[in-house]
Amino acid sequence: MFIEINDVNKHYNDKENRPVDVLKDINLSVEKGQFVSILGPSGCGKSTLLSIVAGLTKTSSGNIQIDGKAITKPGKDRGMVFQQAALFPWLTVMENVTFPLKKEMKKKDAEETALKYLQMVQLGKYISHYPHELSGGMQQRVAIARALAMNPETLLMDEPFGALDEQTRTRLHGQLENIWTETKKTILFVTHSISESIKLSDRIIVMGTKPGIILQDITVDIPRPREGHKKEMLEIEDHIMKYLKKEIDKVVSEELQYANSH
Amino acid sequence: MQTAIKRIIFFAAIIAFWEIGSRLELWHPLIFPSLSSVFSALVEGFQDKTLIYDLIASFKRLAVGLTISLIIGTLIGILLGKSKTADETLGAVILALQSVPSIVWLPIAIMWFGLNEKAVIFVTILGGTFVMALNMRTGIKNVSPLYIKAAQTMGATGIDLFTRVIFPASIPYVVTGSRLAWAFAWRALMAGELLSTGPGLGYTLRYASDFGRMDIVIGVMIIIGAIGMIVDQFIFQRIEKSVIKKWGLES
Repeated sequence: MFIEINDVNKHYNDKENRPVDVLKDINLSVEKGQFVSILGPSGCGKSTLLSIVAGLTKTSSGNIQIDGKAITKPGKDRGMVFQQAALFPWLTVMENVTFPLKKEMKKKDAEETALKYLQMVQLGKYISHYPHELSGGMQQRVAIARALAMNPETLLMDEPFGALDEQTRTRLHGQLENIWTETKKTILFVTHSISESIKLSDRIIVMGTKPGIILQDITVDIPRPREGHKKEMLEIEDHIMKYLKKEIDKVVSEELQYANSH
Repeated sequence: MQTAIKRIIFFAAIIAFWEIGSRLELWHPLIFPSLSSVFSALVEGFQDKTLIYDLIASFKRLAVGLTISLIIGTLIGILLGKSKTADETLGAVILALQSVPSIVWLPIAIMWFGLNEKAVIFVTILGGTFVMALNMRTGIKNVSPLYIKAAQTMGATGIDLFTRVIFPASIPYVVTGSRLAWAFAWRALMAGELLSTGPGLGYTLRYASDFGRMDIVIGVMIIIGAIGMIVDQFIFQRIEKSVIKKWGLES
């Protein structure tokens, strides 16, 4: 397997020094080139799991291997896209995308590479713009181009379209699908949107909350493009909804309890 | 447009009151000279070049003092921003020193350097250093963790991470720090010059006062105020505005 997540646990101590389990006994294998969504309600630790794979967060126990190598720190073999574009505002679009290439490439080569990926996200005309001159959706596309420019084997996406409006999101779904078909990256895609995960992924990992565990591993074998297969998509959605309903009820009742006790 | 019109009317009223009051001798010219005599004193000062020499001398000291204070302030600020221990120890001292008016340092400076150029520059440096240091520190501490995470996933670590991400991300605070450092240094310089030897705007101010030349006193005060306002409004506030816009900090 390409990505191996073995018995990963993550806990921390809260303000009153009680241990809180964020992730419990997470085991997951991902094949090379697979598009895998990690789906769950807020607080299920799905972003923490992605952050651990990125090397930005340490596990409490367990380990992660990619292509046989253990993950201990961030690396250019894993490109990360966050919910906010996280572009550097003092750099132009071109300079942002060449940021990770500065050390290993000549300026001209770096710019050629960057341009290739900016064209892939249809922003080839915006290379000399600054981030504040772009819309939220355009910024996020630059962030995707920036992650791709390092030519990583794996693309980690943490609710990348969560802050965008519905129309922009739908358009970017199409672009991401094309990019994935074209580049054959392995993608781990964190989302709380059921329909988004069904639309995009080969496999959906459904997570439950408190502690964060894997509830279900669902294979989506609807042929692409999936626009014409509304019925099959709805069936899977109903199926996932049943699982998540319990989890969401759990979160809601806990929040009510918390509200009542304060 | 509204504000501009209000301002013009306001200033016209003050100027009219000033000139008419002087002509009607509502007050003695030694207490407050007329606008026209202040104006002719300024023209005279520029024609015989004394005011030009004063301006050059003051700006030379300011350039040296402010440059040194920005460099030292930036370095101290980076240290305080990056090292928790330095922040907890040296940081407390800097915070205390910040509240000491810099002219208070002049007696020490005179003991160390004598009543000369160096003492005045020393006071000017102290005027700008601490406020620059504290702003630089805040800037480094306020860098969005998201930028740092993003940079780390792109392979940036250590000094590379600092020079390419953390420092540029704190530029808005560098600009604000520089603006305040300039304002503090300018005030410190004028205070220092009042008590030292010439040439210099502050020195001429005291010299004119000693000889009862109130027209020159008011004229030089207008110059000092005008320079302060022009540099602040037309240089620093403009840079600050464009940086805030570009860095996406507009609320």
